[in-house]
Amino acid sequence: MLAFLLRRVLLLIPTFIGVTLAAFFFIRLLPGDPILLLAGERGITPERYAELATRLGFDRPLYEQYFAYLGNLLSGDLGVSFSTKRPVWDEFFTLFPATLELSLAAIIFAVVLGIPAGVIAAVKRGKAPDHLVMSTALVGYSMPIFWWALLLIIVFSGWLQWTPVSGRISLLYFFPPVTGFMLIDSLISGQRGAFNSAVQHLILPTIVLGTIPLAVIARQTRSAMLEVLGEDYIRTARAKGLSPLRVVGGHALRNALIPVITTIGLQVGVLLAGAILTETIFSWPGIGKWMIDSISRRDYQAVQGGLVMIAIVVMIVNLTVDLLYGLINPRIRHRR
Amino acid sequence: MPLLEIENLTVEFATVNGRFKAVDEVSLTCDRGEILAIVGESGSGKSVSMLALMGLLPWTAKVTADRMSFDGTDLRGLSGRQRRRIVGKNMAMIFQEPMSSLNPCFTVGFQIGEALKVHLGLDRAERRKRTIELLDLVGIPAPEARLKAFPHQLSGGMSQRVMIAMALACKPKLLIADEPTTALDVTIQAQILDLLVDLQREQGMALVLITHDMGVVAETAERVQVQYAGQKVEEQPVAGLFDDPHHPYTAALLAALPERATSRRLPSIPGVVPGQFDRPSGCLFSPRCRYTTERCRERVPHRQGAMAGFALCHYPLVQGRPIGHPAPNRIANAAEEPA
Ligand SMILES: Nc1ncnc2c1ncn2[C@@H]1O[C@H](COP(=O)(O)OP(=O)(O)O)[C@@H](O)[C@H]1O
Ligand code: SF4
Ligand SMILES: [Mg+2]
Repeated sequence: MLAFLLRRVLLLIPTFIGVTLAAFFFIRLLPGDPILLLAGERGITPERYAELATRLGFDRPLYEQYFAYLGNLLSGDLGVSFSTKRPVWDEFFTLFPATLELSLAAIIFAVVLGIPAGVIAAVKRGKAPDHLVMSTALVGYSMPIFWWALLLIIVFSGWLQWTPVSGRISLLYFFPPVTGFMLIDSLISGQRGAFNSAVQHLILPTIVLGTIPLAVIARQTRSAMLEVLGEDYIRTARAKGLSPLRVVGGHALRNALIPVITTIGLQVGVLLAGAILTETIFSWPGIGKWMIDSISRRDYQAVQGGLVMIAIVVMIVNLTVDLLYGLINPRIRHRR
Repeated sequence: MPLLEIENLTVEFATVNGRFKAVDEVSLTCDRGEILAIVGESGSGKSVSMLALMGLLPWTAKVTADRMSFDGTDLRGLSGRQRRRIVGKNMAMIFQEPMSSLNPCFTVGFQIGEALKVHLGLDRAERRKRTIELLDLVGIPAPEARLKAFPHQLSGGMSQRVMIAMALACKPKLLIADEPTTALDVTIQAQILDLLVDLQREQGMALVLITHDMGVVAETAERVQVQYAGQKVEEQPVAGLFDDPHHPYTAALLAALPERATSRRLPSIPGVVPGQFDRPSGCLFSPRCRYTTERCRERVPHRQGAMAGFALCHYPLVQGRPIGHPAPNRIANAAEEPA
């Protein structure tokens, strides 16, 4: 198990270098000059431009800039955002809890609905519940996020007036962030109605962001369950006289979860990509929205730093999934 | 009254190519404490008939029987819940592939303890104690250390011992062993077989032993039932069966035993058991039988009486001679050197 983890960690090194390369060159390949964009309509004198370029290091060759960036990264320095003048590191940690809260809510939504739906579809294979789950999953999977969000907003916010359309909490409430998680902070604040408001704001973005993972998890659970249900040990479990609940929910699901957990881990990357769009649609002040804004401002430092941090988060999640995978699968746990 | 009584059990599978009768009017009885062997080549419906008894067939199977009673209970039309009170408790089964029959995600201790919990309601400490007892009973060394073992840490023989311990957990009255040694190394096979027979005696339970190995039958069973292509073709006490087989299929199986072989090559019956698409009309064994006549190909044979081992044959053998056969001598001569 330790060797297994060590191998996984070593594999992260080339991935990490790849991400820094991609982040560094991606933003520089976009047309548009950050200094001109920063100056805006007022314009800028050539002397001032040259001075800024020197200070930011833009006058040096690209590879030098890249190695400077990499060196700073390794010493834990993400630089300072051009546009906000705040350290990128601070920006990231101010905004990250919002994204984390939304992503966690979305993945919980997807898992809590997706696994039971997949199990039911597998057990009722070929019958109405199976068709229902599978066709819903197909629709959910192929629905464009933007369109799906609009549809939900029109129905739940427009017609039914059940949910707000933007932000994390109603403007009526204000309290200092403690954990950065709105659900928790609103509870701590003790202000009446604050928690409810936070929940209401979370619902639509959660559904929008969680729909694709939900569809993927349901389908993966179904196929894993179908495979497992045909195994000899399921026959043994039934031969013991166990109830269908124990056979399906205990013996079968436990084995089917092994591939499903891998799928869930892979969905985290998809989720962060989806978060960018979802946060923009719902004006959710998180990493996704920050990245979009920073890209449009050609804020090199923010984009370079932010993308690397996102990549690190994905790596940590994947490592955790590997660990979890080892815990649930004794064959890996005992492998040397 | 026998412990197990099955009359005219028929199992039909709904397949994409239509219905397929995997078990065709098989009758079977087994007394308390008796060892009954069911023999026949692969595809004879041995497993399917016992899985039908246990209620373990998939939903594509349609099971019918004129009688199916166990320990005085009619098993037909029992609800799932009622059947689960019997299955795994009074009637248990072990399978051909011990390695894949254990759940890879749970420890040995958990998997054995589960039956104790569900059927006997034992608490954690009692389960642990009884599980250790059971592992000891099936000859697993250091049983306490084995409780925490996972199936992938066990060899095939060990896995089958664990399966046996699991099956014996609630002291069943009947144990069905479906080719319990087929997947094991030859040296382990004998050990497992001896263990089963010893346990059967000790515990006084009935044992239905499914096998395709006549050698195993000779060593263990008291009574033998021969199955071919889903039908019961003969039934006899073991001594009688070996002395004087009445059905040509039984005779052919015996002739194929290595120690009875006259030539160096391991003999076997030419051809295979007919499956869904090549069922002959008349006698199902006719494409492979040495004594086949027109009548065999056209007419389904009747079942003979007890004197002829209930053989399903037009010309049951008596001392190797087909009774009523139109040309017994010609066959008998040809029999010396089979094609
Ligand atoms: N689930 C199933 N669906 C369709 N046919 C099956 C199924 N299970 C077994 N059979 C068929 O039933 C016949 C008898 O199988 P089985 O009882 O396993 O034979 P044996 O145990 O004697 O080797 C075989 O032809 C097999 O292909
Ligand atoms: S009925 Fe004919 S073909 Fe069938 S077993 Fe008897 S002799 Fe052979
Ligand atoms: Mg079989």
